Amino acid sequence: MNGNTTITATVAHLLTPAERQHWKLAWLSTVDHKRIGILYMLTGLVFFVIGGIEALLIRLQLIVPNNTLLAPDTYNWLFTMHGTTMIFLVAMPVLFGMMNYILPLQLGARDMAFPRLNALGVWLVPFGGILLHFSFLAGGAPAVGWFAYTPLSEAPYSSQLGVDYWAISLLVLGIGSVSAGINFIVTVLTQRAPGMTLRRLPLFSWMTFMNAFLIILALPILNAGLVMLLIDRLLGGRFFLPFGGGSAIMWQHIFWAFGHPEVYIVAIPAFAILSEVIPVFSRKPIFGHEFVAASTVVIVFLSLLVWAHHMFTTGLGHAVDLFFVAASVLIAVPTGVKLFNWSATMVGGRVRFTTPMLFCVAALLQFLIGGLTGVSHAVAPLDWQTKNSYYLVAHFHNIFVGLIIFAILGGLHYWFPKMSGRMMSERIGKWEFWLMVIGFNLTFMIQHVLGLAGMPRRTFTYPDLPGWGTMNMISTIGAFFMAAGSILFVWNLVISLFRGPPAGDNPWNAWTLEWATTSPPPHENFHALPPIHSRRPLWDYANPDRPDPVVPVGGAIDTFRPDKIKAGVLTFIISEAGFFGVLILAYLFYNATSQSGPGAQELDVLKTSIFSVCLFASSFTIWRSEAGLRANKLGKMKAWLIATIVLGGIFIVGQGLEYWHLFQSGVTVGLDLFATTFFTLTGFHGLHVSFGLLALLVVLGVALVSNLKNGRFPALGAVGYYWHFVDVVWVFVFSIVYLWPLIR
Amino acid sequence: MNLALLNAALLGADVVKVFNPQSPQARAIFDLTIVVIVVMVVIFAVVVGIVMYALLGFPRWREGERDPEQVEGNNTIEIVWTAIPLAIVTMLFVLSARTMGISDPPPPPSPDIVVIGHQWWWEARYTNSGVVTANEIHIPLGKSLALRLDSADVLHEFWVPELARKIATVPGHPNHIWIQADKPGTYLGFCSEFCGTQHAWMHFLIVAEPQEEFQRWEQAQLVAASPPVSENARKGLALFEQMSCINCHAIKGTIASAQVGPDLTHFASRKQLGAGIAANTPQNLRRWLHDPQQVKVGVKMPDFKFTDEQVTQLADYIETLK
Repeated sequence: MNGNTTITATVAHLLTPAERQHWKLAWLSTVDHKRIGILYMLTGLVFFVIGGIEALLIRLQLIVPNNTLLAPDTYNWLFTMHGTTMIFLVAMPVLFGMMNYILPLQLGARDMAFPRLNALGVWLVPFGGILLHFSFLAGGAPAVGWFAYTPLSEAPYSSQLGVDYWAISLLVLGIGSVSAGINFIVTVLTQRAPGMTLRRLPLFSWMTFMNAFLIILALPILNAGLVMLLIDRLLGGRFFLPFGGGSAIMWQHIFWAFGHPEVYIVAIPAFAILSEVIPVFSRKPIFGHEFVAASTVVIVFLSLLVWAHHMFTTGLGHAVDLFFVAASVLIAVPTGVKLFNWSATMVGGRVRFTTPMLFCVAALLQFLIGGLTGVSHAVAPLDWQTKNSYYLVAHFHNIFVGLIIFAILGGLHYWFPKMSGRMMSERIGKWEFWLMVIGFNLTFMIQHVLGLAGMPRRTFTYPDLPGWGTMNMISTIGAFFMAAGSILFVWNLVISLFRGPPAGDNPWNAWTLEWATTSPPPHENFHALPPIHSRRPLWDYANPDRPDPVVPVGGAIDTFRPDKIKAGVLTFIISEAGFFGVLILAYLFYNATSQSGPGAQELDVLKTSIFSVCLFASSFTIWRSEAGLRANKLGKMKAWLIATIVLGGIFIVGQGLEYWHLFQSGVTVGLDLFATTFFTLTGFHGLHVSFGLLALLVVLGVALVSNLKNGRFPALGAVGYYWHFVDVVWVFVFSIVYLWPLIR
Repeated sequence: MNLALLNAALLGADVVKVFNPQSPQARAIFDLTIVVIVVMVVIFAVVVGIVMYALLGFPRWREGERDPEQVEGNNTIEIVWTAIPLAIVTMLFVLSARTMGISDPPPPPSPDIVVIGHQWWWEARYTNSGVVTANEIHIPLGKSLALRLDSADVLHEFWVPELARKIATVPGHPNHIWIQADKPGTYLGFCSEFCGTQHAWMHFLIVAEPQEEFQRWEQAQLVAASPPVSENARKGLALFEQMSCINCHAIKGTIASAQVGPDLTHFASRKQLGAGIAANTPQNLRRWLHDPQQVKVGVKMPDFKFTDEQVTQLADYIETLK
């Protein structure tokens, strides 16, 4: 309420007394999930400005037909960068930041399970973003669309480095995303406060948990595709180039197997925000909590099965098309369940039209439209007309902006008081809301008609056909309304940070645990927790006359609490399995028919069998090492560990010799499809073995210098799991690459 | 369904091409589109109705008031609003299968026209007659022709909304669609898969004409180019043969037979040049020959830095290629 709060006072507010001496370090080296969450969101905001300017330039070029504001290549990299930036550098970081901030609080936890891994994740975002934008200085930004279809993104057609920077930056960002996914899963499994069973999780936390499985499954698929593209571009590989025997369509399968789950990875957190905000401002719990929770699981599962609805026009054949029609229309059902439940939540409530509620109701309605046009795309014959037109552009912007950005704005207005201790301005908030809603609908509703009128997407200009100029101009005007709304939002953020009225612990009278502590929370999050018997502990606490029905403890699964480090490694292994799965499938696909030229007959199966046996034996030795640790026979533990390292080393040396021999006989990566797939698959396996050896050496080093008398050394078990996984992968690879050709 | 009225109602006749089907295949898609639109509108109205009822039909929140009844849910209603959408999507699936069969029948063993996508123009080869042309595809009225679609380089997509579904051209993987027009006219087609710098100007025309006119066109297209008469045109042909034009372009009746760029044998009979970037007028042709990069930057035809005299000679020759 003191309108003259100075910058000094605000800064003092953001840092503890000890940190004020080292404020730079406090934020740059933080492992506190709250600070990391804010860093994620600020990074996302910076890239939102960049991506937004790119959008405005695009719309300015399209404002009249035959416009000459931008050269075609400029336009083409603008829409490529706009899409890539908005998805990977805005939507994901901002949502991951919100999940990072709120999840531990809702669980009643002190922090995420792996705070240092969390810090790695957040710093990979600006790193990846800078890498991507470095392409401007290295010959030009990529101009192949955010999904970089081959062969256009291959070296013969995109010879500059832009695509390489794009691929590498996405790899970096993907690693960060997977690390965040692992952290979310293990945090939910291991950091919940007593009484917070899985069934008592608030929907935001439950959906974050489910979403994390999608993250760890989908991003590795993209990573596999990206390394394959880079091998094509930089090493002369043949994966996606038809004249080498490769398949241009294979890229699309791999990309969309990632890409469709990806859109759910950004949509589910938006659903999660709506599921928190709408009940609080209707003054009622969510209608059908279990159904909303269950529908999330169904969506996660189905979203992995719909990818080729992005490929209806590539000529996969009706049978294949129809499978994806079925899966895609099916996914509308659990999605509809959510929409109906949010709507029913508001019925009979006492609606409070705060800025967060306005944005979330708007998000619900825009998502209704976007979801319905999505169903129209799932009907393949309609997609045969509307795909790659502005109708499609309108559809996905209804989801990305109408649902996701509006939900983000609602969520930020909702949780800003918790994060900063101050309220945002409702007056400015209403202006933001109307500018965004009017602007969004002006921009994108008309694009449905524009697409049906025949305008294709990704065109730097268009002919002066009747109606096209007018429709485009309306669309461009709308974009500037949104720009104004966004500027107002940032303004609101800044002045509220300095001059907003104090928020108190629970300004909205909400019910989940983040509101059971100060605003902002102390470093350790909670000094005390209320009793947790239902999904709304604070409602129960404030309404002892009519508490929520107790959510019973549902057996072992509900209270499942695995060891943190084992859970982390196993989650990581799941993600790696996805990565290798794609490489193995690609190998099988490309080597299914015998090709002429150097093939599997070049391989020395006998020699490889020998060092393979060594690798398999090393699984035995590490198992003995863990047994030694359990029996407190530390000498044995170290001896077996050394044996493991030696055997693993033999494998690597053996593989290195094999590669050397192959190179000497002229079998290099770019020679033919067999060589490309062989070196990629075995090479990445070898890389994983090498990293495993490094980890084993570190474990050995720690074992040698530490006092392990109390028998606790979880790192050994963790690396053990990883090592067994690498061996299992080799069982598959060895069988498929070396043994199968012998019996074929 | 009175399409004309519907079209007029929907933003003016012919503007919304997808709502202006002129073939049985496009009409099948259009019919299903109407069904889907009705379903979407109904669901939209229902949900908006519920939301409006929620927002307007109950008292607003007031500070200090007791919160309303905390309803947890209703299992029956959940089942209802799961089962009904499930039934609707099942129906959509069945209708999809049916429409796919009508709008996209299986191809015959050999196609009538082979269409090849290039960066940034369309090649068309008529298998029966042997006609080779570029960017302007003539078809006889009322007959379904089988197209095979290939690509010479990257992915493109063949889309003429009034007549057919869109289909990608994939290098190494031929695709097939049927093309038919029941109403005479010139239909604008687009490349709809981003294919590089000039993706925006990779248009094509489908000219649908009565059988006799089509046959006359076909016959005319088969005739080799006659030797030029005027002095400028003769000089133009000489330039064409000497200045490496023949490295990319074919003109039947001359020594030029390369297939890298569009076949020019009957260039002067076409309505547009540069795959739709400009009308095929003498002035535009001269602009193109003077410097194609000024007309369509990035196009694979380089700027040969012809003098004005050379441009005139070349243009005079090319204008004889009717």
